[in-house]
Amino acid sequence: MSNMVEIKNLHVNIGEKNILKGLNLALEVGKVHVIMGPNGAGKSTLSKAIVGHYDITVREGDILYKGENIIDEEPEIRALKGIFLSFQNPVEVPGVSNAYFLRTAVNAKRVFEGKEELNAAEFLREAKALATELGMKPELIARSLNEGFSGGEKKRNETLQMLMLEPNFIILDEIDSGLDIDALRAVSEGINKIKDGKRTFLIITHYSRILDYVKPDYVHVLKDGQIVKTAGPELVAELEEKGYTTLEES
Amino acid sequence: MAQKELEKAVSGEYKLGFEIDIEQDTLPPGLNDEIVRFISKKKNEPDWMTKLRLTALHKWKKMQEPHWAHVSYEPIDYQSISYFSAPKQGASSLDEVDPKILEAYKKLGIPLDEQKQLQGVAVDAVIDSVSVKTTFSEELKKHGIIFCSISEAIQDYPELIKKYMFSVVPMTDNYFAALNSAVFTDGTFVYIPKGVRCPMELSTYFRINALNTGQFERTLIVADEGSYVSYNEGCSAPMRDESQLHAAVVELIAMKDAEIKYSTIQNWYPGDEEGKGGIYNFVTKRGLCKGDNSKISWTQVETGSVITWKYPSCILQGNNSVGEFYSVAVTTLAQQADTGTKMIHLGKNTSSTIISKGISAMRGQNSYRGLVKMAAKAEGARNYSECDSLLIGSECGAHTFPYLESKNAHAKVEHEATTTKISDEQLFYLRQRGISEEDAVSMIVHGFCKEVFNKLPMEYAVEAKALLELTLEGSVG
Repeated sequence: MSNMVEIKNLHVNIGEKNILKGLNLALEVGKVHVIMGPNGAGKSTLSKAIVGHYDITVREGDILYKGENIIDEEPEIRALKGIFLSFQNPVEVPGVSNAYFLRTAVNAKRVFEGKEELNAAEFLREAKALATELGMKPELIARSLNEGFSGGEKKRNETLQMLMLEPNFIILDEIDSGLDIDALRAVSEGINKIKDGKRTFLIITHYSRILDYVKPDYVHVLKDGQIVKTAGPELVAELEEKGYTTLEES
Repeated sequence: MAQKELEKAVSGEYKLGFEIDIEQDTLPPGLNDEIVRFISKKKNEPDWMTKLRLTALHKWKKMQEPHWAHVSYEPIDYQSISYFSAPKQGASSLDEVDPKILEAYKKLGIPLDEQKQLQGVAVDAVIDSVSVKTTFSEELKKHGIIFCSISEAIQDYPELIKKYMFSVVPMTDNYFAALNSAVFTDGTFVYIPKGVRCPMELSTYFRINALNTGQFERTLIVADEGSYVSYNEGCSAPMRDESQLHAAVVELIAMKDAEIKYSTIQNWYPGDEEGKGGIYNFVTKRGLCKGDNSKISWTQVETGSVITWKYPSCILQGNNSVGEFYSVAVTTLAQQADTGTKMIHLGKNTSSTIISKGISAMRGQNSYRGLVKMAAKAEGARNYSECDSLLIGSECGAHTFPYLESKNAHAKVEHEATTTKISDEQLFYLRQRGISEEDAVSMIVHGFCKEVFNKLPMEYAVEAKALLELTLEGSVG
């Protein structure tokens, strides 16, 4: 079984504060990995480290993506190579139309891969079809990026971007937070749609709601900057029942 | 993110900084009665104009340079400036225009020779103190439209000039207007007769070329009852270590049911990173909505000049008249801009809209200064103002100085102001989707300016976008 991502001995600071303390993690091709853990364990810091966010400073360690160390790559290069982060709180960008933004992103990736750019008509046809499947109002495509979107609309929009960009490695940071049941179902369907056995998913979550819809292969527990336990999906129920404290004692 | 990268992205090159290698007649520096008489004579002006100029000069001498604007600069020595400079060859027909000037204008994107003239755009080309060429004048005449240099207008249409010049911006309105009234050299005169919709865009392109010379343009546009005109001005100057003074006056008059749309793309040389060189742009622009239901709309994209002091305004005298001000002002390098508008509501049911977008980068300082005044008789008057500032980096500044005077209890005034920093979160979001940092900055800035760009005539909107790109990210391929 080959790995999509291997994280080795990762030490990460946010400012002066040491958050990840020698984290090791391997994510297999075609599998759904879940990271759970208490607040402040370093879950979001891990996703930021993988995508190269400004906030973080890597003090030590490597992140291998498809066998290649990406620790010094610019964020856009990591993205172009196929790493996608669904943001916990997608930012609003006034005056930039959602469609224009997404087409720019899709075409940047196509150019990077040596493909022809999509013209406006081709792009719109595809984007509108996917948006409809996700239960998005068509006018959201023409509106300013995330501006005035509800929580559910923002997460659906993240999912639309994921479907259009067709990434290989997908990080979903608290994708289920603040979603009503319909939105949760729509987002999950979007995820399952591109789960084709070739892509790898890393689901970061507090709760197990999303896992009722997207079945995980592995569950990792992140605590105090390290992965303290890795098991199969059965761990979810156990954590639900006993919480993280017991885990520490065991 | 790294400050250096961001600076690289916003310290755009100035691409229009070339000099036109032509011989020029330039007056020695200095300002006195003799100089004013010389300018007036050079332009074959009638006596009454010479006298007006001298009156202005004498009044100006008693005035003080204003320093209330939020800008600081080295004192201007008015005696060390030359007040007249013209390319040597006289130019009454295109055949006589120096090929080097034609070449230069071509380089600026404004071909002046007949076959290549911009479709649907008539141009008045001004270099330093003189208009070198006005295109489509004859064709416009067929519609009764006057489109010529102000120098020609003073000779050919003295009655119109006497009636309207100084009627919106009085001679002694302010220090720079008074100076301009004494030494103004060229600019454009437009008259649109009753009921005529001007069939093409009118425009003036101002070019400063001579060293150590001030440019004092004067523009007057009169739109008679029920007429419409869209006028655009552009400008640029060579890159020099010395600052140069540009003090213009623009007067607009809209009669009953008339509409004037005035757009500016200001790209004077902005100076260098230390604030060395660049144009001092001290400009008085004012429009009078004289008749009922008239409308004046100012749209400006200000990317150049080291110092900008400019408040295109509307006096809403006619009932139901409408004033609009849409502005994008960019200050990067060490540029300082103090710009905004005045909306003076005199008539009933008058309305005004102010949309101001200030962008500051590097050490740029951007101030919005706006006055909304509701007179006692302005029943039903309303204003909406929106002032947004965008900061790029941490050394720049944005300031807002809104003034409101209302003598009418029923007038409605709304003001909204925001200041945003291009946030790391926005940039990161776009980059995480594979968009390069430069493209991401550009996308956010364009998004910020969209409301104003939408108000520009299409050809100019394209130019404005390109210019913004150049100003903010010239060093990026």
